[in-house]
Amino acid sequence: MSKRLFVLVSLVITASMLLAACGGAGGGGKTLKIVSDLPMTGASLTQTQTIVNAEQLRLSEANNKACGGKYTLAYEVDDDATAATGAWDGATETQNATKAAADKSVIAYLGTFNSGAAKLSIPITNQANDLLMFSPANTYPGLTHTAAGITAPNEPNVYYPTGQRNYARVAATDDLQGPVDVNFLLSLNIKSLYVLNDTQAYGLGIGTSVAQAAKAAGINVIANEGYDPKASNYQALMTKISTSNNGNPPDAIFLGAVVDSNTAQIMKDKVSIMGDNTKVKFMGPDGIYTQAFIDGSGATVAEGAYASTPGVAKKDLNAMGQKFYTDYAAKYGPTNEPYAVYGYDLMNGLLAAIENVCAAGGDPSDRPTVTKAVFALKDFQGALGTWSIDQNGDISLPYFLIGQAQSGKFVGIGTFSLKK
Amino acid sequence: MNEKLQRVFRPLIIILAIYLVLLIGPVASLDIPAIAAAAAKNPLQLVQFLIIGIANGAIMAIIALGYTLVYGIIELINFAHGDVVMVGTFTSLTILSLTGTLDTKDPVHIILGLILALVIAIVVCAILNAAVERLAYRRLRNAPRLAPLISAIGMSFIIENFGLMWAGQTWLVPSFGTTGGASQKNFPDLLVAMYTNLGLNANILAFTGIHLRLTITGLVVIILAAILMLGLRFFIQNTTLGKAMRATAQNRDAAKMLGINIDNVISATFLIGGGLAGAAGIMTGLYNNTAWWFMGFRAGLFAFTAAVLGGIGNITGAMLGGFIIGIVASFSDGVLDARWTEAWVFAILVLILMLRPSGLLGEQVGDKA
Repeated sequence: MSKRLFVLVSLVITASMLLAACGGAGGGGKTLKIVSDLPMTGASLTQTQTIVNAEQLRLSEANNKACGGKYTLAYEVDDDATAATGAWDGATETQNATKAAADKSVIAYLGTFNSGAAKLSIPITNQANDLLMFSPANTYPGLTHTAAGITAPNEPNVYYPTGQRNYARVAATDDLQGPVDVNFLLSLNIKSLYVLNDTQAYGLGIGTSVAQAAKAAGINVIANEGYDPKASNYQALMTKISTSNNGNPPDAIFLGAVVDSNTAQIMKDKVSIMGDNTKVKFMGPDGIYTQAFIDGSGATVAEGAYASTPGVAKKDLNAMGQKFYTDYAAKYGPTNEPYAVYGYDLMNGLLAAIENVCAAGGDPSDRPTVTKAVFALKDFQGALGTWSIDQNGDISLPYFLIGQAQSGKFVGIGTFSLKK
Repeated sequence: MNEKLQRVFRPLIIILAIYLVLLIGPVASLDIPAIAAAAAKNPLQLVQFLIIGIANGAIMAIIALGYTLVYGIIELINFAHGDVVMVGTFTSLTILSLTGTLDTKDPVHIILGLILALVIAIVVCAILNAAVERLAYRRLRNAPRLAPLISAIGMSFIIENFGLMWAGQTWLVPSFGTTGGASQKNFPDLLVAMYTNLGLNANILAFTGIHLRLTITGLVVIILAAILMLGLRFFIQNTTLGKAMRATAQNRDAAKMLGINIDNVISATFLIGGGLAGAAGIMTGLYNNTAWWFMGFRAGLFAFTAAVLGGIGNITGAMLGGFIIGIVASFSDGVLDARWTEAWVFAILVLILMLRPSGLLGEQVGDKA
């Protein structure tokens, strides 16, 4: 590079950095920054974009202000996925968390989407003066509590080096989802089950949870097998499964995976070898409860497949939840993604916590104060219902929505929970 | 290494390899008694795994040819090749959509649509591959080896992102849906649908009465792959351009002195490699029935492995490597545990390379291509 060009480039970079710095300081009062960190490149985008939209919708309802206008709320969307992998990426996630931790004005890190990513960023935010990490979608139990047979022995303490809890979430965890799914499968008269998982923290966790619950319920669990999520097809695997139940196909296949894990290919090969989803039932967790799964598989192939997700069927939502979906449709177009309302209620809870801090005379720009306020949310009236955050950071709502692919769309069958 | 030493070392290496297999085997679910029992109970299923492996291997072999051709001529691993295959799949899907072939039930329409899509995919990928060479590799031909390698990886990323954009163009292909470019796209199995509509059984092995399965699509893929492989062999061995390619591969400077236009020969090689990628693209789409922007990466990795396994630069070797990997992957998925398939494929690669460092059929750098 010639010297003149070098000087020019440096000038441009310096100028843009100065401008960017000024941009942050504009507006009235002190700025509290909220960072969203979700995979915005890759198949999960169909889910994550609705979460971001919903969070922004709630912020705009508050006019981006908190505590009667004393604080301005800034919102930044980070992407923990890379185009090279099409999914979340460890290095990017670490980088995003470190960046947010270093920025003094950040008071909340809203993420992650994938439980595996949260494993990396919780310790970083934990050591950044208990920066609040609040996830709309993580469901792996080990991030907050132990679950026999699913979590590792050192979980969850390994993620909290300071010993203080700074991570909370609004989605119900897989150790609850597995038994709910199994109850549902029992209602379909399933006697034998083949579980596949994509070998990631989330897929393996939910797969194991389902396998354990099914065994306990007396279902013949033939295997809980990991598959390679990048293989070109699964014909041999499906051929094996088609005779795995003493020469017959199993009554049902459960797929523990996120949609990026080549799930459309699994669905296709399952149907081409074992027939449509009426004979051998097919079910998956929240990771495949998305339009992208049906579009990729093709409406006829996916027809009849079941999926469950932490959530509440639209018809079972309260007035605030109903209003959310109407407002969302008006601003961004109608959506069916069950995680959208979670993004909304996540922001709802965060804003309530900030208001509570102000009402108590505290300083919402102090990270530990905000974190404590979120953990102190009790009987909060949100769009999902009335909920609390417990001392582990888990939400008190055990609700799951089970849907079925019908004519190219997931249609909610109903809201299910474990009878306690 | 001198002869004597080699004679001592070779058995040692074999013993080491067997030891490794025995060590890793049980971890990677190589439970021999259980497998033998399963095989005895259902021996036909082994034949089924072989059929699946051959069909998968045929596609892999066609992609591997593209790697080996280019490596043979300019000793460059063209990392963008797998992504050119992805462009082939998206091109054919787009053509099938634009010609209305996706929505029709008329068999003549479907067959003509497929042939048109095949031809256009071949042409588009050939031009794309040659353009990649012109843009990213030609100026680096005499640069240190690493430079074109890095620029190949760069081209791979660029094409992947291009695919990401393409898969989001719902106005072009309505079936892409509204979920954006990143999600997997449906590539309908037109041949099976056509057969079923005509009242025929799409499983051409159904007549045997035993539980074996090869769809009409699988058969077409295998036949098409065989035609392409034999055609390429004939072309390289018997045509003037093929001879010029071999001459260029052997000694670029000597070929130049004999009046061969090196640039044109290399461009022709990339055109042919791209054309094969285009054909592989539509074959992958039809056979697997999904298309996504990231599909080229894994397809390319396995195909490259196949090329190395057979001896890079060696055309017969690439075909052999493709079939071996396809069959090994199929048996690993079917008989062992799907989680370990990748590990087995690469374990076999390591084993073969330990015993034959230049691949099964030898590297042929010198008289390759």
